[in-house]
Amino acid sequence: MTQQPTRTTTRTEGRFRLPVQQGEVLDRGRQFEFFWNGSTVAAYRGDTIISALAAAGERIFSRSYKYHRPRGLLTASAHDPGCMVQVGDEPNVRGAHRLVTEGMRVSAQNAWPSLRFDIKAANGLAGRFLPPGFYYKTFIKPERLWPAYEKVLQRFVHAGEVFPDTPHDYYDKRYAHPDVLIAGGGPAGMTAALAAARAGARVMLVEEEHQLGGHLRWADPPAARQLSAEVTAQDGIEVLTDSVVLGRYDQNWIAVVQRGHPGVAERLIKARARAFVVAAGLLERPYVFAGNDVPGVMLSTAVRRLINLHAVRPGQRAVVLTANDEGDAAIDDLRGAGVEIAHIADARNGGDILRAHGRKDLRAVELPGGRKIEADLLVTATGWTAPTALLNMAGDVPTYSPTAARFLPGGTTDDNVFATGGIAGDGTLDELCTHADAVGRAAARAGLRANRAARAGLPTLAAEPPAPAEDEQVAIPELGVAAHPALFRGATHGMVDYSEDVSSKDIHLAVREGYDSAELAKRYTTATMGPLQGKLETINAIAMVAEATGRGIAETGTTTWRPMYTPVTLGALAGRNFEPVRYSPMQPWHTANAARPLVAGQWIRPDDYGDPAAEVRAVREAVGIIDVTPIGKLDLRGPDIPKLLNLLYVNKWSKLGIGKVRYGVMCAEDGVVFDDGVTGRLGENHYLMSTTSSGAAAVWKWVESWLQTEHPEWQVHVTPVTTGYASINVAGPKSRELVDRLTEGVDLSAEAFGYMQVRTGTIAGVPDCVLWRIGFTGELSYELHVPASYGLHVWEALVQHGADLGVRPFGVEAQRILRLEKGHFIVGQDTDGLTKAYSAALDWAVKLDKDDFVGKPELAWQSESTTGSKLVGLQPVDGAVVPAEASQIITSTGKIGGRITSSRFSPTLGRAICLGQLDASLATPGTEVAVQLPDGQRTTARVTEHLAHVDPEGKRQEITDPAPQPRSGEPGLARSAVTPVGDTGTHAGWLVSTKHSTAALRLSDRGPLTKISVRAAPDGQLANELGTRFGRTTRDAHGTLVVGSGPGEWLVLGAPSAHDTLLTDWQRRAEDGDEFASAVDLTHGRALFRLTGPDAPQLLAKVCGIDFADEFTPDGAALRSSVAKLVTDIIRDDVEQTTSYLLHCERSSGQYLFEALLDAGAEFNIELDGYPVATEH
Amino acid sequence: MIQLPCPWCGPRNVTEFSHEGEPATRPDPGTATPEQWRGYLYFRRNARGWTEETWYHSAGCRRFFRLRRDTVSNTALPAGERAEGSA
Repeated sequence: MTQQPTRTTTRTEGRFRLPVQQGEVLDRGRQFEFFWNGSTVAAYRGDTIISALAAAGERIFSRSYKYHRPRGLLTASAHDPGCMVQVGDEPNVRGAHRLVTEGMRVSAQNAWPSLRFDIKAANGLAGRFLPPGFYYKTFIKPERLWPAYEKVLQRFVHAGEVFPDTPHDYYDKRYAHPDVLIAGGGPAGMTAALAAARAGARVMLVEEEHQLGGHLRWADPPAARQLSAEVTAQDGIEVLTDSVVLGRYDQNWIAVVQRGHPGVAERLIKARARAFVVAAGLLERPYVFAGNDVPGVMLSTAVRRLINLHAVRPGQRAVVLTANDEGDAAIDDLRGAGVEIAHIADARNGGDILRAHGRKDLRAVELPGGRKIEADLLVTATGWTAPTALLNMAGDVPTYSPTAARFLPGGTTDDNVFATGGIAGDGTLDELCTHADAVGRAAARAGLRANRAARAGLPTLAAEPPAPAEDEQVAIPELGVAAHPALFRGATHGMVDYSEDVSSKDIHLAVREGYDSAELAKRYTTATMGPLQGKLETINAIAMVAEATGRGIAETGTTTWRPMYTPVTLGALAGRNFEPVRYSPMQPWHTANAARPLVAGQWIRPDDYGDPAAEVRAVREAVGIIDVTPIGKLDLRGPDIPKLLNLLYVNKWSKLGIGKVRYGVMCAEDGVVFDDGVTGRLGENHYLMSTTSSGAAAVWKWVESWLQTEHPEWQVHVTPVTTGYASINVAGPKSRELVDRLTEGVDLSAEAFGYMQVRTGTIAGVPDCVLWRIGFTGELSYELHVPASYGLHVWEALVQHGADLGVRPFGVEAQRILRLEKGHFIVGQDTDGLTKAYSAALDWAVKLDKDDFVGKPELAWQSESTTGSKLVGLQPVDGAVVPAEASQIITSTGKIGGRITSSRFSPTLGRAICLGQLDASLATPGTEVAVQLPDGQRTTARVTEHLAHVDPEGKRQEITDPAPQPRSGEPGLARSAVTPVGDTGTHAGWLVSTKHSTAALRLSDRGPLTKISVRAAPDGQLANELGTRFGRTTRDAHGTLVVGSGPGEWLVLGAPSAHDTLLTDWQRRAEDGDEFASAVDLTHGRALFRLTGPDAPQLLAKVCGIDFADEFTPDGAALRSSVAKLVTDIIRDDVEQTTSYLLHCERSSGQYLFEALLDAGAEFNIELDGYPVATEH
Repeated sequence: MIQLPCPWCGPRNVTEFSHEGEPATRPDPGTATPEQWRGYLYFRRNARGWTEETWYHSAGCRRFFRLRRDTVSNTALPAGERAEGSA
């Protein structure tokens, strides 16, 4: 980061740069400079960092891991172990892969004081002290020195530098659904892609390098260019270069990292490939001999890349060890590049080399017999490794072919996984392409069959997909295997793992010490565990184990390849982070009034407004208001609700009258307290159930599970309306007076509206509000449930009209204190996963005389037990000591006798108060117990008579002051889930954005639309009237859109002005029919957006795993899935032949979803569009 | 990540579902012994191979449904459909 050029030695052309080569990838018209360890170096566009440095004559690019040996080029590819460099603030960059750019600041990693004079290279001299297992053997005992060991070891670790002030890059992710995904863009991969696309498959072709072509790029550049051009011209192939398949998981779930996408650092693609073709080619294998890691020793493919792709002369005078055609071709290339060939050792005729001499540079090559040949380049071509990792992840076990001296794929049982090209066998280019063509057609056939199977019965389709045409099985020709000499190690010992500095001698030693299987030797020596993950080293390591044990390679077997195929940045894995957050409609007020936010699950809630104790006093002395919107609310409709309530709650529900509310506790089948809340009866067959805030989702699922799996015959419809209502608790002696000032149509007097009753009425001009008279705080209080779009309006009206009464908002902290003063327990705080009802002081609620309820047998048995724990009130004798929650109670014999579950300082009593779980033997009122405090001290606490510390008799909410005359109010503006940006106006009583956009991709808030949920039999009369089924939509003559949103569930979307008409109409139809049906207004409980534009499917593919191709989700499709980790309804509803979606989620997450869509749409230049006042959809 | 065949929505990624375990028959709460009741609460076959289990499509149709799944290969079929070679 701080490096500056120390000298400016601009060279217009590197000393080793060749004239223009036929296959070169350089743009000779674009020359520039970059920095290497502070000096400037010239490069052409198309150069990699290393090719530009090599052209300038650099030979050493890094120091090795353990011995700090100088390292140069070996493979000249992304897999080159010696070419990892630091680029700016980015460590561990693959220098032989990363393209160099103008002004790029590149430096060597972990070489001090400089690359050529690394002080730690002394380790190499002391190499005999760093044998395999050195760390295990040395840094084990004593354990107290581990921190010191860590400091020593860190100095040996090679990695670049990480800067804490590095700016965050934008990493992206997207889903893809190709019929065929091909890993590898060489001749076989390209041929397979063309064949598959011509057979009608959607193809994704992934190539790790910067160009398609594979080895043809240096072996036959015109052929590479021609195939590549055919692929580019072919419809249906998405080509990703500089991208790599990281892993293959169950059912062809494939991770791809895509680099070079504009505007993002990297992008993770999660692909569900219907067929998968591995065409990864072959990797050249290094030869093990003394000095095989000296700079100047290279593989034949490395020199061919350097000469043909990057026009770099790799040396002056070369010795070549060749065992195959590639080695022979390298000799031709070297001669063509003007390199003197000093000696050729042909392994096919018994030729070999003994060792390489030199330290920072190759000086000479010693042949068997001792002859030394001066050379600065030693090229080896001794064989191949099939990179079978991706196939192994699909269950393939490679088998060793002694003929070919390499492992070959053993075959996978998955019918949708294929291999072609060099990885599958040997042949001429024509033979390989014939094979790849057949594999491409077979993969297309398999992929298209899977595609049709995935569409069969899909509810989003208007009609069943056509029956598959009878297609012919594709015959895939066999590929042969060419004979190759088995060359692993010469007569000397050398490096096996270049990344980890593990030599063949180390592996022999490990075997002698008993680590005599490939898996054990790998873990003990760490061979194959470096950044290359064994791509170059595994086979040599196995060969060394085989050699040392005297077993064959086939018998030794290979180690397991696991994802990732290649190292991946954490940024790419993290991608865009989706964490839904939920806000109440009053959040703008909380923010404007300095509420301290509390993160409660996904909810952001006011913890306090600066002074919780003052908030408590306001509630006890005057009146306070708290936003309790997160309280779970389930709308229940149907004649069998009492049966349901009797089953799920431990108490009795048969005789709850209309207008009455009851507190209930739910236990699980093991008797453990699961949730609590109040449920009120609003009408004959209409109840509203409330749950704890944190339990809302679980209770809904719990209710559905009993209804769907145990009692499908019961007629009950459950609709979550948690965010359909903004909930406000008005608490305090003056709460009645405040509520009365704003309420119409409800007599609030104590006689008419008693404790534990419910009414519906108009508050601050807003109709259809629900008022409960209940209290968690112990004060007279009313819980107001207001249609959510008017929540902010009602809240502001309460603040305004209560000013003279001393109204004060209070947060969650004040509420916790108030309820603790009153002795109300909180499920999950004062109970845990083992607390059964009788341990939660719920003896009064459990009705064992009911025939059945969930958890009854366990509670019956618990009621007979005299042991276990009890929930009790506790007060420290010294009232100034507030024990920390979870402090333990210690018995006289020093055992744990319970714990403090809730603890606060009570502003009302001026002392500490607690709730605790105590062993039954300690739970008698008046018992004094010892509380172990976190600081080691103990304090004494006394068990109280009641759970309630304040007003145990419950007198405080029996206030009977005369009610003043009610006032009316104006209804105020309805607000959707999204705060409008820019100019606003009003439409049908809603605040809307009036912005107008003509951008190609637009997002618009359609929150004001009327939304009615209709439930009925999937095939009854009402279904007929609704006119569509699950998965599809229909639009009636008035423009009302009916969406088949679930099995037996519909969503009716209409104009805001048609709200009352539509609701009345559908409620009447639901009631009038013969079948059991219901209609619930969800207008205020849902956020609704419209996303329009041709790029909309591409945007959604970044946030949702659904296939948005027309063949899966055509116009008129309706489905529910996860969008940016949020359960969202997606409705395809094209507008004037332009692709358009309605997206619909519960209201409190609306702002989150809106912002997630805008973020995902930025690359498509998405714009906000206002509400279309003229055309209402 | 495997896909599961939702009988209502079609194949979806498993992350859209929650696993509810093997179904167990609820004993009569009036007569069940502790052993019977706790067998219902805690004891499942947990088989290696084909098993029947309940799933909840929480991010989709919100229906509970039965599925047959091979716990070795993760092959999943709608309940009632038998795979070749399955018990």
